[in-house]
Amino acid sequence: MNTTLSQKFWSVAFYAFVVVIVVYAIFPFYYAIVTSFSSGTALFEIHYWPTGFDWSNYNAVLNGRNFPRSVLNSVFIASTTVIFALFLAVTASYALSRVRFRGRGLLMMTILAVSMFPQIAVLAGMIEMIKFLGLFNTPWAMIISYTVFTLPFTVWVLTTFMRDLPIEIEEAAIVDGATPWIIITQVFLPLLWPALVTTGLLAFIGAWNEFLFALTFTLSEDQRTTPVAIAMLSGASVQEIPWGPIMAASVVVTIPLVVLVLIFQRKIVAGLTAGGVKG
Amino acid sequence: MSTPDTYQGQAKGPSLQQQRARAAFWFLAPMLFALFCVAAWPLLRTFYFSMTDTTLDSLYGGKFIWFRNYFRTVTAASGLVTYRGTLVDPAWWNAVGNTVKFSLVSVLFETLLGLAVALVLNAEFKGRGFVRAAILIPWAIPTIVSAKMWAWMLNDQYGIINDIMMRLHLIDHKIAWTSTTDTAMIAVLMVDIWKTTPFMALLCLAGLQMVPRDIYEAARIDGVHPVKVFFRITLPLIRPALMVAVIFRMLDALRIFDLVYVLTPNSSATKTMSVISRENMIDFNKFAYGSAQSTLLFGILAIFVALYIWLGKVDLTGEGGR
Repeated sequence: MNTTLSQKFWSVAFYAFVVVIVVYAIFPFYYAIVTSFSSGTALFEIHYWPTGFDWSNYNAVLNGRNFPRSVLNSVFIASTTVIFALFLAVTASYALSRVRFRGRGLLMMTILAVSMFPQIAVLAGMIEMIKFLGLFNTPWAMIISYTVFTLPFTVWVLTTFMRDLPIEIEEAAIVDGATPWIIITQVFLPLLWPALVTTGLLAFIGAWNEFLFALTFTLSEDQRTTPVAIAMLSGASVQEIPWGPIMAASVVVTIPLVVLVLIFQRKIVAGLTAGGVKG
Repeated sequence: MSTPDTYQGQAKGPSLQQQRARAAFWFLAPMLFALFCVAAWPLLRTFYFSMTDTTLDSLYGGKFIWFRNYFRTVTAASGLVTYRGTLVDPAWWNAVGNTVKFSLVSVLFETLLGLAVALVLNAEFKGRGFVRAAILIPWAIPTIVSAKMWAWMLNDQYGIINDIMMRLHLIDHKIAWTSTTDTAMIAVLMVDIWKTTPFMALLCLAGLQMVPRDIYEAARIDGVHPVKVFFRITLPLIRPALMVAVIFRMLDALRIFDLVYVLTPNSSATKTMSVISRENMIDFNKFAYGSAQSTLLFGILAIFVALYIWLGKVDLTGEGGR
């Protein structure tokens, strides 16, 4: 009797904790959505539940001059960065995972070290390089500078993925006289698709969210990426922060990410934890 | 048995191995070249700039002045000697203090909360998939968006946080979280802990799932108290994964820029090392001085990583068990 009662207590406590976790995790985003659908005075009354669907904030943001442009900028910059990083990373991680050569461990450590670089430490040198190449205030400034964090990350994760692919298929290919290039493109690439999707998605999210370089390397409003555009959304004066449009813009740039993350949930978890817990 | 050994057998001979090594070099070359261009070269240039008096207006007009951005003595006409440079700059040390405080507190909370969430997700219960999906949401939201969302929730007059806390009688007047010196750091910590706990939870969960289930089974049959099981079995077994997760988070926290910049602009209570060096570099046109500060930040991180790996004997390459 006593044990079942305490079991019941613990199971209720457990589920209560679960509910707290879920509410804590999703409440801020939920509240942003609620806010984005209210305007005028309704914005400045606190509502815990949605009161209606007023699309005026979305209209203001999506028909604004610069916000759609910055979404396009972000899509272009993030996709180009990802393609660039994946292209360089596939061949490199084949060499790192399948070929034994001297200094491989050191090289892996260097790559990991670069992925943990504080971006501010390369900022001064990067400004010089971007200005020297004449790329300041263009999307290419971001595409080049984002490589500093997307490339090491993709190399690292793809290497751990490739290490786990069965050796036999590669042996068979070698016996058939396949060159390493053929092995990569014909044998590994088809097997790597899931890993490429995961890594590409994580790199895309990283590039989509980046702020420091995007803030520093853009001057004009039409070159901004979405994080910079949202950070810079301002009203007529400091007191008039346009919270409604800011929340609408936030929801617009976040919904695609949340959908992608929920679809690729398991793969993302695998990708995030790839290098981390193999020790 | 590591994989490439297979090819070192007598039958294949060294030529294949050499051919593969040569191919490996050409496969690595583009990636190494790209990394050199975007990481090594800019880093070296930053080091160089930190020892010049370059300004943003004329990047090539600077003179080499050794370490005078870091430390120099200035003798006034009256003979009074004063010290200048970032190493005696109170604003810099304030930023160092803020960064260290932020990093220690946020990583501590994220680790504890992450571990708690991971323990929950490691248990079998209905709706586990849903919970795991839900905790991924904060992680997926861009930092700038999180900062704005929380800035709105923490708004002094219309913020829902003040409303909730008033209703619960936790506070008796509305607090201007982001603009008050005393609470600005708390606000930054709240957002960062919310945003990054999922990442810690997932890393901890991955570690937990590698613990064989039969160990728990055995402990349960032996009647070991669950708390004891956690401290004597679970924690030691996931320690390597936890150490790696903590170092990743710590490095991330020490270089934090975007959240602080957007949530609490120009607040000396939260200004971190990254924020202050960018401010000097770009906004105050003290390019070289900012470079010196970012060089120092890099140095601090490098020392921290070296110490951590050395003291904790962390195997980051993941090749140890292979």
